[in-house]
Amino acid sequence: MAFTLPYAITLEVGSSLKNKTGDWRTERPIYLDRLPPCNIECPAGENIQAWLGLSQEGKYQEAWEEILHNNPLPAVHGRVCYHPCEDGCNRKQMENPVSIHAIERFLGDQALKNKWSISKAADTGKSVLVVGAGPGGISAAYHLCKMGHKVTVVDSKPAVGGMLRYGIPSYRLPRDVLDSEVAHIEKMGVTFKFNTRIDNLAASIKEGGYDAAFLAIGAHIGRSIDIPNDGSVTIIEAVKFLSDMETETKKPELGKKVAVYGGGNTAIDCVRTAVRLGADDVNLIYRRDRKNMPAHDFEVVEALEENVKLNELRTIKEMKGGKITLDVMELNAEGWPESTGKTEVIEADTVIYALGQLVDASLFNDCTGIDVEKDGVTNVNDQFMTGMQGVFAGGDMIPSARTVTTAVGHGKKAARYINAYLKGETYTPAEKHETASFDKLNTWYYEDEDMREQPVLDLKKRTTTFNEVLGDLDEANAQYEARRCMSCGNCFECDNCYTVCPDNAIIKLGRGNRFQINYDYCKGCGMCVEECPCGSMLMEPEEL
Amino acid sequence: MSVDLKPGFSQTGNLTAGNRLQSIDIVSVQSTEDRANALTSGHRACQGCGEALGARMAIDKVMELSRNKVHVVNATGCLEVFTTPFPETSWNVPWLHSLFGNAPAVATGVQAALKAKGMQDVTVIAQGGDGSTVDIGFGCLSGMFERNDDVLYICYDNEAYMNTGVQRSGATPPTARTATTPLSGPHPGNNFGQGKNVPKIAMAHGIGYVATATIANVRDLEAKVTKAMSMKGARYLHIHVPCPLGWGSLPKDTIKLARLAVESGLYPLFEGEHGVITGVTKIRKKVPVDEYLKLQRRFTHLFKKGADAQDLAGVQAIADAHIKYYGLLDDGDK
Ligand SMILES: Cc1cc2nc3c(=O)[nH]c(=O)nc-3n(C[C@H](O)[C@H](O)[C@H](O)COP(=O)(O)OP(=O)(O)OC[C@H]3O[C@@H](n4cnc5c(N)ncnc54)[C@H](O)[C@@H]3O)c2cc1C
Ligand SMILES: Cc1ncc(C[n+]2csc(CCOP(=O)(O)OP(=O)(O)O)c2C)c(N)n1
Ligand code: SF4
Ligand code: SF4
Ligand SMILES: [Mg+2]
Repeated sequence: MAFTLPYAITLEVGSSLKNKTGDWRTERPIYLDRLPPCNIECPAGENIQAWLGLSQEGKYQEAWEEILHNNPLPAVHGRVCYHPCEDGCNRKQMENPVSIHAIERFLGDQALKNKWSISKAADTGKSVLVVGAGPGGISAAYHLCKMGHKVTVVDSKPAVGGMLRYGIPSYRLPRDVLDSEVAHIEKMGVTFKFNTRIDNLAASIKEGGYDAAFLAIGAHIGRSIDIPNDGSVTIIEAVKFLSDMETETKKPELGKKVAVYGGGNTAIDCVRTAVRLGADDVNLIYRRDRKNMPAHDFEVVEALEENVKLNELRTIKEMKGGKITLDVMELNAEGWPESTGKTEVIEADTVIYALGQLVDASLFNDCTGIDVEKDGVTNVNDQFMTGMQGVFAGGDMIPSARTVTTAVGHGKKAARYINAYLKGETYTPAEKHETASFDKLNTWYYEDEDMREQPVLDLKKRTTTFNEVLGDLDEANAQYEARRCMSCGNCFECDNCYTVCPDNAIIKLGRGNRFQINYDYCKGCGMCVEECPCGSMLMEPEEL
Repeated sequence: MSVDLKPGFSQTGNLTAGNRLQSIDIVSVQSTEDRANALTSGHRACQGCGEALGARMAIDKVMELSRNKVHVVNATGCLEVFTTPFPETSWNVPWLHSLFGNAPAVATGVQAALKAKGMQDVTVIAQGGDGSTVDIGFGCLSGMFERNDDVLYICYDNEAYMNTGVQRSGATPPTARTATTPLSGPHPGNNFGQGKNVPKIAMAHGIGYVATATIANVRDLEAKVTKAMSMKGARYLHIHVPCPLGWGSLPKDTIKLARLAVESGLYPLFEGEHGVITGVTKIRKKVPVDEYLKLQRRFTHLFKKGADAQDLAGVQAIADAHIKYYGLLDDGDK
């Protein structure tokens, strides 16, 4: 070194870039992806944040494809899913949650309108029998077909959908939406066979030469109850009633004064259907109070708006002379109803029992090793396999929450295990990232914007027709709503970290490529982590 | 159905430095890959230094607008010391340091020299800390204003003489503990004087442009630099820059503190032309001054047992007076 440094100077003339201030650091910032609560709550495991992010940019087809990784039925789910994602949504702690379902519906409808489709992998030569064309069966069939397996779906009903068609009324799920959404799955290569009931599963598998089977036969036997009746009141079972609504030849005949007994979603669908069929007087009778109803409160509200009378804390004692006697109940300390001894009388010519459903597991007649409980519920292991090798099951027939989305989630997960089973491999789900809880966010950076509500059909049309009650968000509103998403736990390239670093220690890699930290200069102040809006950074102790 | 998409509603709007949903010409220069990095890495500022950040934000914007034709004159202080321990420099821009108190006069000289050489397209910046601006360099600054020299002066206000060990300046807030305003007597810390509000004093000179800005709002800061750069003559920009060392705050809280200073009303954001206030940046989410003060050790005595409640009330009164004087709240929020 020719140049002699003057007194007290350690560096040659030049830029301070020689001075690697990174060695001051005791903690280091890192980037990470955290799992948003919406995703955690979604029974189908949709990567909601990702498809909302694409929707924010107007990339609707890519957003739809992202949904399809986990759920083949967004137009259906945008209408009937109870959207637990929104209960988990962090935005709920600011104003109200992102209307995830409304955007999902928008994307699903875009796909139907534009006839978007999905391609499948090359043929594997394996074939799978799916019993039940409800959401569980459709989901498994879709995923298995996409993986390259030959899939045949068999159902005893005349058309596709399971409870989507024979339970959920058309004012909540128009049948053309259901049919066209399933059409793309059929187009992909899934074979559907209707009016075909499987009575002996083992024989059917053998006959068809299937390598595996997935069952999602649902729970279709209405629970009954013995109540004295002099024959003056017609008793109908809820699931049969709703199913008959679909079979045009025998539309159910209801009287003018209808009472529905039960407090679940099915009961609500029955009262609202009765209103639309022209009953003058519709009573909902439930043994506990409204707070304890299994139905969602928004459904109760919708029924009340349509002039249904709610008789909470009531049980039916007897039916006589076109009248029913109700026992007035009260809740005991454990929250269960007990009779007060008082009674009330209301008029009714028809009573619909909506008291829950049992599984018809008779197709296991010729099978061995399958563990069926007394109400038909069938046990599976953690890979969705029943006690019989190669026979998997999901949806309402296995022990779990009975919702469309749960069934679709089962179908997806089971498909992954079936795929591994067919290939003689083991499937291990990827480890879940830590939660992007609300406290990980810096919400200062989000604008305060209220949720956009979907339009609602006017009450007159609601009570006299089966037209769809909830309307679409148009593109502008869907876009707005998507932009309320805070992208919890996942970098959306706001450039804050890059901007606030006093040491220029963050390198911007360009749109879509996020950022990188230059540890030569990062002093570990933590400002970048603190000012990251969405919680996709973290300070870690430096190994000293 | 109504389509009343708020113009530009895009997730974080203008609140984040960049925004992939906005067009590139409305996001901040700081958020872009091609910002100048006028102040580069390797400088010796403390972890979380607000002053280093404020200087990069301001000068990068000047660099962009002047197509890199900038000359900076720097007063003595942290910003000078941590960027230029001889013989190294962190400045990617021509830069000159003379003395603690004479930066405005030196800048006037540089400007005159450039003019003599026919180089009027070079922007001259003078900059310094609050000590050099409101105290020792104040005479030179006032002269620069009065002569309307073509210089943009930027003050990085960290509310004390930080470079020499946190001594009080004319910009130190009441009650703050510094090395020269210790915790003693019935009212510990700095006294409740009139303070020395240089933005307002600059306004009183009637110069073309005066603005206050904060590192917590880079878009607002850049807009003010842009406005200043659209004019000739003497212009003054005052940037609030938290100092973890001098304030006894956590390095990670630097931006948060800058933000709370604004949201509490203690640091009003306004701009003025020729002696008249022309705009204020409203408070978005008002907070009591406690939220700001509690994060800083220089104010902990205000919250200790036995503290005179009058002291804290006095600080809140300052914030309230700002809110009223500048109209910092939306009408609905009052
Ligand atoms: C009235 C009503 C409303 C509901 N509303 C909602 C709602 O809004 N949102 C929600 O998330 N959930 C709702 N649910 C629950 C939801 O519909 C079910 O959880 C879901 O459909 C279960 O899907 P699955 O695929 O397991 O069975 P299902 O949808 O019941 O489908 C099973 C299919 O298997 C067929 N099948 C049965 N046995 C055989 C056999 N031996 N051979 C051939 N085929 C057979 C049946 O015909 C049927 O088509 C509702 C349920 C009801 C009853
Ligand atoms: C005439 C003179 N007096 C005192 C000093 C010592 N000195 C150097 S920097 C400084 C304080 C600078 O304070 P400020 O201007 O607020 O800048 P900061 O370091 O806080 O950024 C002092 C007192 C000096 N350099 N020259
Ligand atoms: S704000 Fe977005 S990412 Fe966060 S929970 Fe809600 S929908 Fe999910
Ligand atoms: S802001 Fe810069 S110096 Fe501070 S921790 Fe982040 S990368 Fe490191
Ligand atoms: Mg200072």
